[in-house]
Amino acid sequence: MTPKSYQPLTREQMAWRAAQDLREGDYVNLGIGIPTLAASFVPAGREVIFHSENGILGMGPKPEPGKEDPYMVDAGKNKTTLVKGGCFVHHADSFLIIRGGHLDVSLLGAFEVSETGDLANWTTEDPAFPPGVGGAMDLAVGARAIRVIMDHTGKNGEPRILKKCTYPLTAAACVKRIYTNLAVIDVTPQGLSVVELIPGMTPEKLQALTEPKLHLAAGWQALAPPETPKARAA
Amino acid sequence: MIDKQVKTTADAVAGVRDGSTVLVAGFGAVGVADNLLDALHEQGARELTIVANNSGNGDYGLARLINSGRVRKVICSFPRSGDYSAFLNAYRARSLELELLPQGTISERMRCHAAGLGGFFSPVSAGTKLGEGKETREIDGRLHVFEKPLKGDVALIKANKADRWGNLTYIKSARNFNPVMAMAADLTVVEVDQMVELGELDPEAVVTPSIFVDRVVVVGAHA
Repeated sequence: MTPKSYQPLTREQMAWRAAQDLREGDYVNLGIGIPTLAASFVPAGREVIFHSENGILGMGPKPEPGKEDPYMVDAGKNKTTLVKGGCFVHHADSFLIIRGGHLDVSLLGAFEVSETGDLANWTTEDPAFPPGVGGAMDLAVGARAIRVIMDHTGKNGEPRILKKCTYPLTAAACVKRIYTNLAVIDVTPQGLSVVELIPGMTPEKLQALTEPKLHLAAGWQALAPPETPKARAA
Repeated sequence: MIDKQVKTTADAVAGVRDGSTVLVAGFGAVGVADNLLDALHEQGARELTIVANNSGNGDYGLARLINSGRVRKVICSFPRSGDYSAFLNAYRARSLELELLPQGTISERMRCHAAGLGGFFSPVSAGTKLGEGKETREIDGRLHVFEKPLKGDVALIKANKADRWGNLTYIKSARNFNPVMAMAADLTVVEVDQMVELGELDPEAVVTPSIFVDRVVVVGAHA
């Protein structure tokens, strides 16, 4: 095998790229995993308010060592903090916020996304373990914009952007933008539109790693995050 | 004089019957009434249906009830959280039933019962495996599923402070499911870190008003 002529993005670089699209004043829910990292990469001076499904509006960064608060956890049950101006709501109101279209953006992880924006991110149907859905379906249905961060392919190089999802759906036709370790892709009524490509990646190579037909957007750009994105100070 | 405070956790869970639906508040290990769950274990009620977000941790509280075979069914959104080995063993042995629901559907079904409503249509889970078998309706061009109200026979609540009427406050994200579950059960039992004098809680800061609370017991501080 010839060495790759491109270097896929790291988790931090993918999170950095997704964070650049969050606007001043956005209310945003971050899913467990890579999406959580995005909070650290919001450009300095831009105020974005993070929501956590367990009733935190105004969630802050990870606490400094020794300053963990047992009453403050995020959706993944990791210790977190509250920013100035933050507050608490109970669960029914937290999901009213999610389901009722009050969040500007939900940034989620995914197993698979289809060319029409179907999302599969809650179960692989492993018979050895009970399934868990948490707030995934509420988020996929309720937020104004659903964006996904995921590796472009699976462990064995198989496409994860598919004509039709093979895993059970979280919600149909909900994903608007996909950030992968190779590209940024928009889901449009005309199909999948590639808006950014990492250096060394070509439309042909990307197509070979993607099941449905890709279109290159007019005015597409290079996807070139900093080599080691700098996390915002708490 | 109204006084909802009882002396012991055993007094707090007295009378819970076999076959009860028990609302267990908390998110992960935060805001869970573990002392009441342990008291319920001592009390001995069986064939319980548990409504919770997760499925218990380690070998205390909810996990202890599951390990002792007291739980017939768990209604939750995310059983795979923390050390959930008690649930996993029972699930694999098929000794309990799992009803998986989206997290917001659980909380809204309880709110719906508390509000005296007969159910609601939700777009969440419509067209997915979790929506299968549910009545559907298209509303403004969008598919919805019908969700029925969810009622508890008893709710086990963890709060920070209470007064003798049963007004409650919480700490930070330990609030989570507690206020909605407190509203949705026939018998609402609360463990608190401390009792305060009537009038001491700021009326603007009371989260759960006393009308929803039946019994309060002091257990001291824990997350």
